[in-house]
Amino acid sequence: MPRMTIRTPPGRTLTPVAPRRTETDPLVLQPGTIAPGRARPAAPLRREGPAKLTGEAKYADDLVFPGAWYGATIRSTDAHARFDGIDLDPALDWSAIAVVTAADIPGENIVSLVSDDQPVLVPVGGEIQHQAEPLVLLAAADRETLRHARRGVTIRSTPLSPVFDPRLSDHVFAHFDIASGDLERGFAEADLVIEGEYRVGHQEQLYIENNAMIAVPREDGGVAVHGSLQCPYYIHKALKRALRLTDEQARVVQAETGGGFGGKEEYPSIIALHAALLARKTGKPVRMIYDRHEDLSATTKRHPAIVSHRTGVKADGTLVAQEIDVVMDGGAYCTLTPVVLSRGAIHAGGPYRCPNVRIRARATRTNTPPNGAFRGFGAPQVEFAAEVQIGRIADALGMSPLDIRRRNLYRVGDETPTGQVLRESVAAEEVLERAAEAAEFEGVRTRTERARARRAGSGSVPGSPLRTGADRTASGIGLALAWHGAGFTGSGEVKLASVASVELGADGRIRVLTASTEMGQGTKTIFPQLVAAELGVAVDDVDIAPQDTALVPDSGPTVASRTAMVVGGLLIKAARRLREVVEERNGGRPFADVHRADAAAHGPTRIDQQFEPYPHVHFDDETYRGDAYPAFGWAACVVSVSVDLDSGEVTVRDVVAADDVGRVIHPVLAEGQVEGGTLQAIGYATIEEIKLRDGRYLNDRLATYIIPTSLDAPRITTLLVEAPFSGAPHGAKGVGELPMDVGAPAVVAAIRDATGVWIHELPASPERILAALGVTAEPPGQAPAADTVRAALDEPIEAGTDPRPDAPTDPQPMRGPRDPGEPS
Amino acid sequence: MPAPVEPPIETPASLPEAYAVLADSSAEDPVTPIAGGTDVMVRITGEIGEPPRRMVDLSRLRELRGIAVDRGAVVLGALTTYTEIRRSSVCREHLPALVEAAATIGAGQIQNRGTIGGNAANASPAGDTLPVLLALDAAFEVGSNRGQRAITADAFWVAYRRTALAPDELILRIRIPIGSGRETRFRKIGTRRAQAISKVVLALSWVDQDGPPGSGRVAPIAPTGNGPIGTWRDVRLALGSVADRPIRTRATEAVLEAASPTPEIADAAAEALAGEIHPIDDVRSTAEYRRVVAARALHRMIRDAGGW
Amino acid sequence: MTTQHITLTVNGEARDADVEPRLLLVHLLRDVFGLTGTHIGCDTSNCGACTIHVNGQSAKSCTMLAVQADGAEVRTIEGMVAGTELHPLQQAFWDQHGLQCGFCTPGMIMQAAWLLDQNPQPSEAEIRAGISGNLCRCTGYVNIVKAIQQAAGELQASASAPAAAGEAVAAEA
Repeated sequence: MPRMTIRTPPGRTLTPVAPRRTETDPLVLQPGTIAPGRARPAAPLRREGPAKLTGEAKYADDLVFPGAWYGATIRSTDAHARFDGIDLDPALDWSAIAVVTAADIPGENIVSLVSDDQPVLVPVGGEIQHQAEPLVLLAAADRETLRHARRGVTIRSTPLSPVFDPRLSDHVFAHFDIASGDLERGFAEADLVIEGEYRVGHQEQLYIENNAMIAVPREDGGVAVHGSLQCPYYIHKALKRALRLTDEQARVVQAETGGGFGGKEEYPSIIALHAALLARKTGKPVRMIYDRHEDLSATTKRHPAIVSHRTGVKADGTLVAQEIDVVMDGGAYCTLTPVVLSRGAIHAGGPYRCPNVRIRARATRTNTPPNGAFRGFGAPQVEFAAEVQIGRIADALGMSPLDIRRRNLYRVGDETPTGQVLRESVAAEEVLERAAEAAEFEGVRTRTERARARRAGSGSVPGSPLRTGADRTASGIGLALAWHGAGFTGSGEVKLASVASVELGADGRIRVLTASTEMGQGTKTIFPQLVAAELGVAVDDVDIAPQDTALVPDSGPTVASRTAMVVGGLLIKAARRLREVVEERNGGRPFADVHRADAAAHGPTRIDQQFEPYPHVHFDDETYRGDAYPAFGWAACVVSVSVDLDSGEVTVRDVVAADDVGRVIHPVLAEGQVEGGTLQAIGYATIEEIKLRDGRYLNDRLATYIIPTSLDAPRITTLLVEAPFSGAPHGAKGVGELPMDVGAPAVVAAIRDATGVWIHELPASPERILAALGVTAEPPGQAPAADTVRAALDEPIEAGTDPRPDAPTDPQPMRGPRDPGEPS
Repeated sequence: MPAPVEPPIETPASLPEAYAVLADSSAEDPVTPIAGGTDVMVRITGEIGEPPRRMVDLSRLRELRGIAVDRGAVVLGALTTYTEIRRSSVCREHLPALVEAAATIGAGQIQNRGTIGGNAANASPAGDTLPVLLALDAAFEVGSNRGQRAITADAFWVAYRRTALAPDELILRIRIPIGSGRETRFRKIGTRRAQAISKVVLALSWVDQDGPPGSGRVAPIAPTGNGPIGTWRDVRLALGSVADRPIRTRATEAVLEAASPTPEIADAAAEALAGEIHPIDDVRSTAEYRRVVAARALHRMIRDAGGW
Repeated sequence: MTTQHITLTVNGEARDADVEPRLLLVHLLRDVFGLTGTHIGCDTSNCGACTIHVNGQSAKSCTMLAVQADGAEVRTIEGMVAGTELHPLQQAFWDQHGLQCGFCTPGMIMQAAWLLDQNPQPSEAEIRAGISGNLCRCTGYVNIVKAIQQAAGELQASASAPAAAGEAVAAEA
């Protein structure tokens, strides 16, 4: 299907945005011009494309530092233990090997983030909290010596009793309670109450470039680290604190970065600290390059979650009460968990108006490796639950999945559970209708429903679970809708007070200075576009300064889909001021005509633009009331699957994704974000799974942690919808995370349409599908708790919706003797 | 403390040279043959399992290459790659199930390097070509300084990751009988659609007593379900990923022997298979899933053959 | 430490090295020859980032020892550029945004080049099967498939009209 860009048509319920400027340019929207549309914006080629295409681009492990040593991390193998000591094999010559322990840390033994609970290295006598916890660091001049050394270290420890079930943990990292209306009255008004419990497991970001960091000692006693990272200033702060360095002594430089997806937001701080400690000990550059096994075993994953819903609805499908309980597994340390949980709590109800809501969310500690940031950041977990719940409600009421969403979705003027009134930029209906229309959702669904009815009774169950039916496969179509708060939650941006700069150099070239990193999402391509458009110059006249803390200001972390929206907005404002300054100096002549002469006459001119709070956006972090986000992005997804009825294997055939990004800056890059995010969501829905035993990930290789290949990937049609946000000068709201929220519930709804059964736990693996169909017994430890559907209506609940009402639960995630196969 | 990884490697240019290197190989101090390296190398790069202590690179032994038809059999040199099998007109004509299996291994690059001999010698319980070799009653011609001998497929895999090869022996060729109206079906249920390791893999083969002779690829006898259904002889059913090695399931074969692919026989065979195999839970799947899906996949094969 | 002397051709140039038997071909290329465009993304031969050509066939250079490449002709991503001209596949990946983070890109291009060498006019399904040994986490493979389709068209056009080959590529760029 062709790509297209859909604009919000006239007559929709969008509030015109406030006037901002009168000049015309290809990117910035004029007041009141939502409807008429405009040419598809320009799509310049990726700026760093040639370097990446020819092998010239230098990722961290490609950088050469003469005389560099190789570093390694010795980790715990206990999930929970006291660290009693280290034995070094006396047969080895340790004079050629650097050994670093917690005792070598000059500053605080803390990895600086939200909470100060995570040590850089566990000290002897300290408590080991997870099986991949760093205890000792080694470095040697060559890989072979390092291999010997790694085998020569023995850790002594005394096991302590571990906790693996987040519901049983009494160590709470964070909890949130959001309430609106009167829940009891809501349930009293309901014609139908439906309960459900939903579970999601770990998901690995699986950037193709593993984590990598190289530390180089500086003459001033400090250290420069070069590496694969998202947030230079997070690392800068961590280095200063643990190594007692000044701003100048700590320098962080981003190498070309092979993907992040949140996975290089926080963990690189630990690797940088480790590399820096070894560099300090040896006086040499030290390369800390993770292999895939170490990266999968030790670095952060998406938080597993258990989400319980109790929903009251009227007979016509109107939501009247939502009671939601969210438990997230934080892993062993706090990391970013409170922030992830907060986003999860705010999004837990889904993009639906409901007058009476109570959301309780908590995240607890378990003795597993810490979980952290991953595209979607708490929202995919809760929106999966919310969407399956709404799908089951539609089933129970005999409504179409489209109609129940139409009835309840947010429109302008609605109020969210935090009391935020959605004043503008609400495109829930738009994305839903566009996706449903393009995928011919209702028509296809009528056909699949008929096919399902025809198959009923002809299949393998209850005849014999070993008997196949006449049909080998079944097709299904599923739909999901989501919202995603744009940028940081609450007052995050105000506290950050990011700075981005635009400079007219003495050579007449324009330079963008930000700490916002390119990881593939297109930062280096869109920033020059925004600045060039504002200044009226060619894109090629705008350079990007390297992401080096010695050169660029702190424009905040490259996370939360905030780069285009927030930092892009700062750059437009900086460029606007630069233009005004230069034009005023040159008798009002256009910037493009005079900037070279101006630079020659006046030397460099630099504008630093600091974030200014969005007008009318207020949030109270104490009460959790107010505008949780300046705006929301909206996403809908329609997925077509076929399910192999013999094996439960799911093939995702087609996806239509409609995403409202506020304003499109670069259509091909924006579509690329939707395509990549959609496939990650499909992986999450179908095959990506981590099983644990004794707190250790069993899927710790690329041969066992399975992500979609090109043959697993569906055809993806992307529809970009534009409902601009008035707080950003260009109207953009961010795109990266939206597709991650909708893909998984849409796949599960399509499986339901094909087979008649709802899967309550991700991934919706063949094992779970056959169990839900009653073909196999429940896999151990993977059953959600019983769901109950209590009907106050006369109509019977559709048979087969909940085939296993009394399924047992088991806190142990996985058991099994051994692996019969090896990677091939 | 295991020895640091630095296996020396010999690169013989001829079979006698290779035999000479291997003459020194013993169970305690084995010389590990390496050809495409697709299995051996992960023991080095991924440090998975014990690294090889010494290696002999077979990739230059031209004697072990080539695909030929010889005395009623297809003969595959041990170094035949999966890509060569997929492209071979001989294999496509006579061994379509093997071609199908070869296409499911890894992906292009691995198929370019990985060899059928290596797949057999690696003896993974999940090796995808191995059930096909069992179902086709292949024989391994193996050799050493001490001479040559043949080992039938069903005697080749003796335990978890162990073969009947002596430490000094190499697989030279694999001989696969063809003709006489034998039909073969292959089904792999993997973790994804490419680069997947099997959760269950099956190969079923039979000779249709009443079918047209000499054809390896006949349509179902009774596609509409109304015509006469043939009788199956010499039935072989082999599975991977359901035991510690690739296995034949003889109790299930007995149900199918001298029977016709009817619904009753399919039910009975599926029941027999589910009772005969004892797979395990692991990182890729569950024992229950493997047991049930193996039986259902067999049921489907019989159903398709019967045309009902 | 015993080393072996090997000679091979890399991107058309004769090279030699004394290598330890354990040295992987990918490490020879990256650490000894400085050809860091060939990437390492895993330790189980799944990711495909290290894909190169050995004697005209695509291979994952982590599944080969350097000594096994003795006497071989090796081509890496660095050998795809002709002078300053991008190879039609490189140009197509740029044009179609068939890359984001770029880490899988060299391996993906080398595998695509082999695919087009074997099958100059692949269907979409054949392209997807052909690159299924190369993992990409950024693009959903959508624009990668488009890029290979574009390059297939251009390479076909230049093959059928050798004299005009340079112009066809330039016009498309």
